[in-house]
Amino acid sequence: MNITLTVNGKKRTAEISPDDFLLETLRSLGFKSVKRGCDTGSCGLCTVLVEGKPVLSCSYLSARADGHEVTTIEGAGEEAKKVASALVGEGVEQCGFCSPGLVLSILGMKKELGKGATDDQIKNYLNGNLCRCTGYEGQLRGIRQYLEV
Amino acid sequence: MKVIGKSYDKKDGIRLAMGAPAYTEDLYDTKSHLTVKLLRSPHPFARIVNIDTSAALALEGVVAVYTHYDVPKTQYTRAGQNFPEPSNYDKRMLDEYVRYVGDEVAIIAAETERAAEEAMKLIKVEYEVFEPVVDAEKAIGHPSVIHPEGVVEKIPSGVDVENNIAATYVLAYGNLEDAFSKCTHVVEHKYYTQAQAHVMMETHRSNAHLDHNDRLVVTTSTQVPFHARRILAHALDLPVSKIRVIKPRIGGGFGGKQALHTEFYTAFVTLKTGRPSMLTYTRKEAFESTYTRHPMVFTYKVGADDAGIIRAIKVNGISDTGAYGEHARTVFSAACLKVISMYNKMDAFDFEGNVVYTNRTPGGALRGYGTTQGVFAIESAINELAFEMGMDPCRIRELNHTAEGETHLVYRAFGSDGIKKPLKLIENNKMSTCIEHGKKLIGWDEKYGKPQVNGNKVRGVGMALSMQGSGIPSIDMGAAIIKLNEDGSFNLMMGATDLGTGSDTVLAQIAAEVLSVPLEKISVHSSDTDVTPFDVGAYASSTTYITGTAVINAAEDIRSQILNEGAAMIEEAPEQCEYDGERVFCGEKSINLADLAMKLLYVKNQKQLVGHGSHVTEKSPPPFLAGFAEVEVDMETGEFEIIDYVASVDGGAILNPKLALIQMEGGLVQGMGMAVFEDVKFIDGKLKTNSLLEYKIPTRSDVPKITVDFVESYEPSGPFGGKSVGEVCINTPSPAIADAIFNATGVRIRKLPVTPEKIILGKMGYDV
Repeated sequence: MNITLTVNGKKRTAEISPDDFLLETLRSLGFKSVKRGCDTGSCGLCTVLVEGKPVLSCSYLSARADGHEVTTIEGAGEEAKKVASALVGEGVEQCGFCSPGLVLSILGMKKELGKGATDDQIKNYLNGNLCRCTGYEGQLRGIRQYLEV
Repeated sequence: MKVIGKSYDKKDGIRLAMGAPAYTEDLYDTKSHLTVKLLRSPHPFARIVNIDTSAALALEGVVAVYTHYDVPKTQYTRAGQNFPEPSNYDKRMLDEYVRYVGDEVAIIAAETERAAEEAMKLIKVEYEVFEPVVDAEKAIGHPSVIHPEGVVEKIPSGVDVENNIAATYVLAYGNLEDAFSKCTHVVEHKYYTQAQAHVMMETHRSNAHLDHNDRLVVTTSTQVPFHARRILAHALDLPVSKIRVIKPRIGGGFGGKQALHTEFYTAFVTLKTGRPSMLTYTRKEAFESTYTRHPMVFTYKVGADDAGIIRAIKVNGISDTGAYGEHARTVFSAACLKVISMYNKMDAFDFEGNVVYTNRTPGGALRGYGTTQGVFAIESAINELAFEMGMDPCRIRELNHTAEGETHLVYRAFGSDGIKKPLKLIENNKMSTCIEHGKKLIGWDEKYGKPQVNGNKVRGVGMALSMQGSGIPSIDMGAAIIKLNEDGSFNLMMGATDLGTGSDTVLAQIAAEVLSVPLEKISVHSSDTDVTPFDVGAYASSTTYITGTAVINAAEDIRSQILNEGAAMIEEAPEQCEYDGERVFCGEKSINLADLAMKLLYVKNQKQLVGHGSHVTEKSPPPFLAGFAEVEVDMETGEFEIIDYVASVDGGAILNPKLALIQMEGGLVQGMGMAVFEDVKFIDGKLKTNSLLEYKIPTRSDVPKITVDFVESYEPSGPFGGKSVGEVCINTPSPAIADAIFNATGVRIRKLPVTPEKIILGKMGYDV
């Protein structure tokens, strides 16, 4: 089947199977920032925004994205770069493999919780975004800095 | 210092954080690649009696299916170590025998992933199933022999296949009986450390193709590109000259990629079919079919005299290497060498034990590399000894730890490897300062021995020490090449392998410092066996210390060439000239670096300036660390929280404080995961924890307050005084947290991980 979706502001058509997930569809369309970290929807690496809200693209059927607006980090613009810079400023992108998903989740979080999010709210919101390199504390420092600016 | 000691961003940081296509799976248009999948054994131990691949081969889109009849019979080790490898050659690409659930049975190459997966279901395998060995403590003398066809020992390791022994290790010093007779206090207990999984975010994967010169190019998520090239050449019977290995950006390793896993299969498929191929391990495969931290069991007997001097230590250990002996002996010997060395007032010690084969997922390298396991045992035992003597655990360490200017007793000991180690002084050891700082930061004197009670909740503190190494002495070698470009910028090329740690950036800082130029003048290219010089790779906390010094050598080489060429250009004697990073000058006469570089390439005295350097040393200066934990336990449920963790560390001079801090925090949290919940579990020889739903790693809500304190330190043999911090950080959480739990509850947990259930069972009187 064919679906038409808007990725990063541009209309794209993709030929998919009904059981395809958005992660593979996006990667096959060339959006290589979308990473797979597990098979169980547990790691948050594949996070993209659908209509501005973070979803796990590994468990979001491509067919559901038909007619919707999808944002990957390639299209998330200057705001994403501000988040990324705040993380890099603390050295907490490290291997970088989980960073695109984390940055998009932070964008979604700011939209939902605003600048005044507490540390606990931040941790809760981002709990599904795993990272094995940093121990998370530096990421919290970076996120706070981004929210405060 | 202009560049060293400053918190530069990682050079690749912003592009990676913004999702640049930089990893193995992103670099090629894999639509044209064959998808490789591996059929795996459902049995922990069996022999393949018959395989029928006809139905799979008939499926549309399936290009090839290979079984053990089709691949070279060569035995090799997947462990990415130096040559000759200290790990047994006991693995084949595909074998008649399967030795754990997840062992490789057949290789499928197909046009699409779906076709490969369908084909996998159509392969019919008939197995003769054997009784598996599932308990390491019963492996020796078990009727099942896991490697009946024998293994190849490149370095004598005491292998005994009939008894399922992969390696033996013994190290002894002094007269143990005499030493114990002088002790007034002796404790003896058995400690268990569990298997831990690496869970790097990017699973193992590789990509192979033949280039325009018909050479095999393997792009792989590896920590050891040069070892990968050598081991592939051996396994595939190809000359090294026919293979190029490229490490692109990689999504973490933690030791899990100090090995080859996928590379044999993509390389083989590409050689056979001439087609490019790609194999990406699923998370399940990464859990089940790569390797874990070796689980170990240690019986520690430690004795001290009335003054609190530890006079004697006796250790019996068993390490479980699973189906294959990857890193078997070296991880186990590290559990002795880097553990016993922390203390040196003993009259005698004796360490002995075996590494055994069992029918489980193999053991392998994981950050800490045996030291983590050994530190849990020795530090728990010393905490028990201190308690029995009514002595403050910090005090007993202060009396006994190896101090600056002293030597480790292991250098005076005799071991089963027959190698007499050269006596080395530890020139730089700030352990005393670490203990002193850590005590203050956690509030030790106010809290130790005074558990705070608040209703059901009790708080307690605990502590432990650790050391590690910085590179493998006399073995690890790194090399660097630096060339000058016409704008006065430099290319730095190294075999060193940045796993995400930021080593490319730190090593560029070293080059920039020596060349007196800003960091942005240094472009880095690393880890490509065709283009960059040799390096052993990223392991053993070696990159800053070993490769860092190679970079200094290369930078000094080209710096002196710049001075000479600049002097010639301004027609002065080099010894009359100076170079300050911007220009070469002599009095009023000068030429700036960019002009010099341009002239050297295009106008006068034309040549390419290239500096090079290598480094190897018999030193491996240990980093030292004192770890302190405070916990709060609910006495009714056993649930507990880590309230505070302090790590005071002597990592030498810190070359990039920000990146060093993240190494420390990341390693501490990985150590806490091991301390309190990470646990690789098997049921009837089959891995239960094979997904991120079953195997929990720390999330951001699990992380307590962490304080990292870098004590002032300068290692004379290191680059700008540096040693290492990458591994030492993971070792103390397990023993420090277990001791804090004991100090709060009176329950001594000797089997990791520390869990609420064990606290409750311990209170009921069970051994936990």
